[in-house]
Amino acid sequence: MTRPARYSAYGLARRGLTGAAWPPAWRAHELRPSYDVVIVGGGVHGLATAHYLAAKHGITNVALLERGYLGGGGSGRNTAIIRSNYLTPEGVRFYDRSLTLYESLAADLNFNVMFSQRGHLTLAHSDSALRTMRWRAEVNKLQGVDSELLDPAEIAGLVPHVDVSDQPRYPIVGGLFHPPGGIVRHDAVVWGYARAADANGVHLHQDTEVVGIDVVDGRVRGVRTNRGPIAAPVVVNCTAGWSSLVCELAGVEVPITTYPLQAAVTEPVRPFLDTVVVSGTLHVYVSQTDRGELVFGASVDPYPSYSTRGSLEFTEGVATHVLELMPALAKLRVLRQWAGLCDMTPDFSPIMGRTPVDGFYVDIGWGTYGFKAGPVAGETMAELVATGTTPELIAAFDLARFAEGRLVGERGAAAVGH
Amino acid sequence: MMLLTCPHCGARDAGEFDYVGERRDRPDVSRATEQEWRGYLYLRGNRADWTAELWHHRAGCERFLTVVRHLGTDEVRG
Ligand SMILES: Cc1cc2nc3c(=O)[nH]c(=O)nc-3n(C[C@H](O)[C@H](O)[C@H](O)COP(=O)(O)OP(=O)(O)OC[C@H]3O[C@@H](n4cnc5c(N)ncnc54)[C@H](O)[C@@H]3O)c2cc1C
Ligand SMILES: [Zn+2]
Repeated sequence: MTRPARYSAYGLARRGLTGAAWPPAWRAHELRPSYDVVIVGGGVHGLATAHYLAAKHGITNVALLERGYLGGGGSGRNTAIIRSNYLTPEGVRFYDRSLTLYESLAADLNFNVMFSQRGHLTLAHSDSALRTMRWRAEVNKLQGVDSELLDPAEIAGLVPHVDVSDQPRYPIVGGLFHPPGGIVRHDAVVWGYARAADANGVHLHQDTEVVGIDVVDGRVRGVRTNRGPIAAPVVVNCTAGWSSLVCELAGVEVPITTYPLQAAVTEPVRPFLDTVVVSGTLHVYVSQTDRGELVFGASVDPYPSYSTRGSLEFTEGVATHVLELMPALAKLRVLRQWAGLCDMTPDFSPIMGRTPVDGFYVDIGWGTYGFKAGPVAGETMAELVATGTTPELIAAFDLARFAEGRLVGERGAAAVGH
Repeated sequence: MMLLTCPHCGARDAGEFDYVGERRDRPDVSRATEQEWRGYLYLRGNRADWTAELWHHRAGCERFLTVVRHLGTDEVRG
């Protein structure tokens, strides 16, 4: 098997000068009748799991099945905020491992993922919000995560154009600043993992939909697809917004409700905004991309749905609230808006690990906040599949917690500031 | 935009309503097993299919109503 060539300055210069075509970043294959591991879902979670199975555990007889194209789900639609300033110790430790993996991801994958640690600021507009932030800052610091409270004057120094006066309906009273947070190029993360998994021999099958899961005597035996059946002793469900439908194919019930989440970008302007700015009270966040566009996001749509149509209500709401924060943006035009699906759980934490069906694993419940978790979820799910032991980092996120009353409440840190 | 038909007020913009949840039967607390109760609390159908839902006409008559909606397309029935 010939491995795809590594990207390098030399390769770039040579192809630039000779005009030689770039080889595809990953290949297409026939379906094998059986694999050691089948991963359902070609977003960052499925791809990262495939990559770490191959790269860290030498398990390469792996098929990743994607109904559409790689990164066509939430992984290609998110606003790419990376941070680890969560509320529970379990959450903070878990997301911080992911942030650490992101810091070296470009070198590890030989793919520039453009991780920009520009700082993440969450604004408080009330005493109760400030109290939760103080709590978060203390939990964060105990876990070694850089996180501190700022007063309105410090916020004005950090973020140009933000209105810290007492004029807005909800004046800003403080903020939680998280310097290591930032944004990443989401498509590059998806493509980087896909290319690395492919180079190690994983089969990435696009246009391949799982339509059935075979379970015999409580054990998974394989899957049925639109391209034929595949036998496999291990099936990992990484299908986010569609994950309860895939679980149902295996007869596994999960507490997931699917909601659309929308975002929008404006026309590009000169760089002026370094920090990612979030306001829970106003239900908006703003960041500026490397291209200069402002990215606006909010909380999920008001009712569940599998439809990804944008709505005028969203654009109106987000524009109104952004202008309350930064009145100077009034002349900017919105270029486009879109929606993706979010697999919401009752406690805003994921569901990871075993299910009542042997060999059928889940890595789901990623809601509005799962892109940042791609690397750590891939690393821990690969370890679970390869060793049979649940890694400490994800033990709290098991499916059994709902029946046993051990919820990991992250709503206060994840409802708006994904 | 989605229109919902309130039996009291007629067809109105969905923005006037609050989504409450899928319609389900509440188990009898005195007889429900722990598993039935937890299921009632946390499990939902969440199918990309026709679903009966409870909505509240917040900015109208303030009554609760049942809406049958297709979660794959947001079409509303009758
Ligand atoms: C607008 C928006 C903004 C967001 N912002 C952030 C953010 O700032 N930070 C953050 O951390 N997270 C954010 N998120 C959440 C994040 O996008 C998701 O949690 C994450 O991408 C989930 O990745 P995944 O790999 O699990 O799923 P996905 O990327 O959704 O991939 C699942 C894949 O499964 C495939 N699939 C489904 N059913 C089947 C089947 N039967 N057979 C085969 N394939 C199937 C789908 O086609 C899809 O490609 C945001 C989400 C949205 C929509
Ligand atoms: Zn009414």
